[in-house]
Amino acid sequence: MTRKAYYARKIKRAAQLLFYKRHMKPGVKGWELRNTLGSDYPKILKVLDDQLEKLDLQVKTAFEGETPAGEPTLEELNKARFFITVRGGFPSKDTKMMGWRIDDIAGLATAIGYIISKKGKAPRDEVEDLLRSKLPGWRVEMNINRYIRSGYLAEDEHSQLYLDWRTRAEVDQKALVDLLLGTES
Amino acid sequence: MSNKEKKLSSERIQRVIELCKSVEERGVDPFAVDVDDIIATLQKYFPEWESPEELTLDAEAVQYLASVIQNQGDWVKHRSTSLYTDPFLLEEKIKRLGKEELAALFMQVWNPIIEQEQLSISTIAEALKYWQDLVPINERWQNIGPIQVEAGATTLEELVRLKILAEKTFMEELETFWRELQQKAGEDETILYWDFVGAETYKETLDRAYLTSFLVTYGYATLELRPLEEEVFIKPFTEVHSEMADKRMVSVPISVSFEEWTKWKEIRQ
Repeated sequence: MTRKAYYARKIKRAAQLLFYKRHMKPGVKGWELRNTLGSDYPKILKVLDDQLEKLDLQVKTAFEGETPAGEPTLEELNKARFFITVRGGFPSKDTKMMGWRIDDIAGLATAIGYIISKKGKAPRDEVEDLLRSKLPGWRVEMNINRYIRSGYLAEDEHSQLYLDWRTRAEVDQKALVDLLLGTES
Repeated sequence: MSNKEKKLSSERIQRVIELCKSVEERGVDPFAVDVDDIIATLQKYFPEWESPEELTLDAEAVQYLASVIQNQGDWVKHRSTSLYTDPFLLEEKIKRLGKEELAALFMQVWNPIIEQEQLSISTIAEALKYWQDLVPINERWQNIGPIQVEAGATTLEELVRLKILAEKTFMEELETFWRELQQKAGEDETILYWDFVGAETYKETLDRAYLTSFLVTYGYATLELRPLEEEVFIKPFTEVHSEMADKRMVSVPISVSFEEWTKWKEIRQ
């Protein structure tokens, strides 16, 4: 088998693994990719990412805990989760395409923005109070529970809310804060 | 320091711990804790602490104080990152924005995960086979009614055979065992522990060791330990020494492992 054919086969397999849902949680762990694609899987993902760029999609990595400052080690990559996400965001007119009500998206933006400003951890009561200023009271609790179920937020035994794996994978946190602060009030 | 003063100091340390805990658990500003003042307080009280409880409380306070200092460090680190923003400013901005504006803004930074679910031919074939092999629900969940059993009489022998009743009471069995010990000890009045307890099978040996422990505890016999010979002997009494239970008892652990039993059997053969 030529080198080109070898990589073509591996890229096809990587796309199958990343696109098709196999577990409750979407995405694939690094060690699963290593077992199926071989130890050079980061290189295969890089090629796949280049190919997906034409479709405005990307291979996204969500690390366990904080994103490493420099180049991630192989161990960090093996523990990380890999997904395929939209690359450049959606135009605001496509909000309905997401299958979420505008209230739900605005609430999620508010909760994430507020938690980021509080060093990644905020009491649930405070987030609820903030959401209550824009949403009817009965929706607030329901929405926060929905964000937790979907993996955007996590809650600990002291009712503190954190950003969970899906926010790390899907949301550009820095850009969100910049956009919020950059708005004219 | 008087007891009353000690109690007040303990309460103060307890309050320090609660304050430090609130930083960790309820997100209270870590700089609200005056670390220097707490260290001075802990230093002041430390020479007075004597009991393990007081020292544990002191150690707990130091541990929670360390976590507050770590939180302060994280706070400084966060402020120096590009993600830092004043929560009040951000809260104000969020409050002033409309729902549509917030959603539109979020759409610019939201890159949702793409995932697909699809059935393959092999999955459908597998599912069909499973369906064909699946027993109908009315057969799987058959209503099994209670079985009627005619009541009848049983005998003592039957109950003993079914191990519902023991053939002898425990005390009867112990007395028989005591007589056996007296007989085996003979004129020497003592017998090696393993020579008495050891039996043809390991299970029987364990049963005998179990009964022997009761012989010694209830004052039917005593153990003689000979450290130089590394041997344990059992000496039966001629009558029960019931007063032994009132004296201070000493436990003597004796290993009756399978290896020990095998070794004993080999030596005996």
